[in-house]
Amino acid sequence: MLSRIAESLFWIGRYIERADDTARILDAYVHRILEDPWADEEASCRSLLRILGVAEPEVVVGSATVLELLAFDASTPSAIAGAWHAARENARGAREIISSELWEALNATWVALPQQRIASQRLGPHALLGFVRERAAMVNGLAESTMSHDDGWRFLVLGRSLERVDMTARLLSTRVLAADHAPSWTTLLQACGADETFLRTYRGALDAAHIAEFLLLDRLFPRSVFAALVEAERCLLELEPDVGRAGVGDPARRIVGRARTGLEYVDAGVLLAELPEHLERIQAASLEASAAVAKRYFQYAAPVAWLHEEG
Amino acid sequence: MVGLFGDYAMGAAWDEMFQAPGVPRAAYDAVLEALKPFGPAELHYRAEQLSRVFTDRGVTFAHAGEERPFPLDLLPRVIAAVEWDGVVAGVKQRVRALEAFLADVYGTGEVFSDGVIPRKVVVSSSHFHREAFGVEPANGVRVHVAGVDLIRDERGRFCVLEDNLRVPSGVSYVIENRRAMTQLLPALFTAHRVHPVDEYPSRLLAALRASAPAGIHDPAVVVLTPGVYNAAYFEHALLARLMGVELVEGRDLVCKGNRVRMRTTQGERPVHVVYRRLDDDYLDPLHFRSDSVVGCPGILNAARAGNVTIANAVGNGAADDKLVYTYVPDLIRYYLNEEPHLDNIETHRLEDPDVLEWVLGRLDQLVLKPVDGSGGKGIVIGPGATEAELTELHAAVEADPRGWIAQRPVALSTAPTLVGDRIAPRHVDLRPFAVNDGNEVWVLPGGLTRVALPEGALVVNSSQGGGSKDTWVLARDPSEAPPTETAAASPDGPVVVAPRVDGVRRDLGPAAEYAGQQ
Repeated sequence: MLSRIAESLFWIGRYIERADDTARILDAYVHRILEDPWADEEASCRSLLRILGVAEPEVVVGSATVLELLAFDASTPSAIAGAWHAARENARGAREIISSELWEALNATWVALPQQRIASQRLGPHALLGFVRERAAMVNGLAESTMSHDDGWRFLVLGRSLERVDMTARLLSTRVLAADHAPSWTTLLQACGADETFLRTYRGALDAAHIAEFLLLDRLFPRSVFAALVEAERCLLELEPDVGRAGVGDPARRIVGRARTGLEYVDAGVLLAELPEHLERIQAASLEASAAVAKRYFQYAAPVAWLHEEG
Repeated sequence: MVGLFGDYAMGAAWDEMFQAPGVPRAAYDAVLEALKPFGPAELHYRAEQLSRVFTDRGVTFAHAGEERPFPLDLLPRVIAAVEWDGVVAGVKQRVRALEAFLADVYGTGEVFSDGVIPRKVVVSSSHFHREAFGVEPANGVRVHVAGVDLIRDERGRFCVLEDNLRVPSGVSYVIENRRAMTQLLPALFTAHRVHPVDEYPSRLLAALRASAPAGIHDPAVVVLTPGVYNAAYFEHALLARLMGVELVEGRDLVCKGNRVRMRTTQGERPVHVVYRRLDDDYLDPLHFRSDSVVGCPGILNAARAGNVTIANAVGNGAADDKLVYTYVPDLIRYYLNEEPHLDNIETHRLEDPDVLEWVLGRLDQLVLKPVDGSGGKGIVIGPGATEAELTELHAAVEADPRGWIAQRPVALSTAPTLVGDRIAPRHVDLRPFAVNDGNEVWVLPGGLTRVALPEGALVVNSSQGGGSKDTWVLARDPSEAPPTETAAASPDGPVVVAPRVDGVRRDLGPAAEYAGQQ
């Protein structure tokens, strides 16, 4: 398939996952700030912005600022609206590859966002955040059921998985970073949509070590860092099934594989103590893997530009 | 106060929000301020949104054979911190006394020999079960969960209306109400510090685990429901989900050799604690109603053998009988050597022929309640009853004086409630929930405020057209906040401080280069 199309699909996967994760995180955070009478709104909001890599404004930061910067801002793909816009722009350039249903889901959501924004100003952010999560699930479901599971689909899933690795790691680092104003571990679980499955798995043993273990190492929960790395690795392997006799030729798969084994054979007993190093490594791996995929698969001519010829 | 509350007509009862027409109580200042931008139409619109959210989420109760969204009134009920302290002290005290009473009733019976309460009052209760003798709770707890129904009288004092020590329900609405309110009216919360309620499931689970039979270190807890057709099924499912435990029906359990197991795909797995949400009568067909198909045959023997804990314990009804209720202040003095923090409603026992005669002559001025009723069933409010109802009541009371108590009619406090698109006073009560883990009785901040939606109605049960309100207990100043987090069961472990993760760049993707437009 065309490199350009592959790149578009990869980034559709990433942007939709980002919009989805950001919506989950915001919902859990905003909800917590409202519900917890002792929450320090300013500090919590700043820790959230920092962790999602958004420049902190100099003025006082509250839930409203955070929503503006991380949900409504259409000019940057680190916000929900911006990420969705970017996904839609990518889809527009790959319309012949993705199914019409998928395109429609992406486009209709983009078109509906301004209305949702107005509604959320009236009724609170939950309406918008819920809408985005629903639509992201719909996009993923339509991709799953209406696209051939060929290379294009693999790029989509690869993008989604790498983004998920990054987002879950970032979320976990809120606990490491801003200890005083960090969200509770329960909020972290909610932000990953993992609270209920966690409870069922560990039967109410809500302690930090188990939660870190669940979000980083769990084999069965699809939003854990480990499960997402496995998924990414699988996609990379299927993209280049001929592995040869020794080693791994694909640099991206080497990076992802190393990150995966780094987690797979970790001693769960010391996981919490080593959390900062693990998170740093995982985020670095996600960045490098993305670059390696781009280098390996998305090499094509830079955009042609008209030059003014002198003379 | 003009606008929303402009034509709010206060009645004779204590009003929760206003101390005089147009003069709100201090606890409500911030709510009223936050509601200023809202018109009645806007509130009405949100109320509709809310009932849609509840329908979508399945927050319903079964009424006349159909699933209806539980009506939640958008105007919260606010309780100031100081006042709440009094409620907590009173509820804790009551639960401790009733716990001691049950241990005594199903034990040596000293309370009878000391003449505090006649033995016949207890053993004649239809919820007193001889079968409960010999079932020794592992950590001494019989009342794992209690719901103590409170009302405010005309002077604004909280009084106890009844105790619920069997299967008090309604806590799911407390949790869902708060969730819905923060989603639909976030503006209201920004001006307040309101105690969160989401700690309940972890508290309940901790208490259930603590009650496991001796020697079991990692007990398997289950919630036992009568099934999807039960009116409170939603609550059973919610609690099981939020505790992360199995929701089982009677047919999922099997008793062999005095041990309870559940049927799973991996064979039969042991069960150590059963949080049962069905009445004693249906729990074990071997001992109680033999026609019950929702229970688990043999579970009571397993409990007696000390292999499983039934929560709440069998036979608790002996202590929440409405005739026993009249003795609770004495029980508090007897067991705890304390004066009751919360008073009872003035109640007449009918076993004394003189009292009976006096009551029978004034049925139209009193409230008559069947002693074993729940859900507001069978209550006759004298001043509102018809001649025929009173005649029927007269015969019923005369035939079975042990079956009834008489109380003075209390005008329950009122709270402003959205009715259609205007706001009118409606009567409310309050059911705080207490969880006993054997070391401490913990009271959920807030509890369920039930509203009698028909005008003038005094019975607030959801089966009789009742709704509910989100109940806010205001937190004190941040300086008085708990040192770390709100939840005592907070899952926070050691926090590792290593700010270097901060610097990891984020791959924003090719789209970062072109600005989105819309």
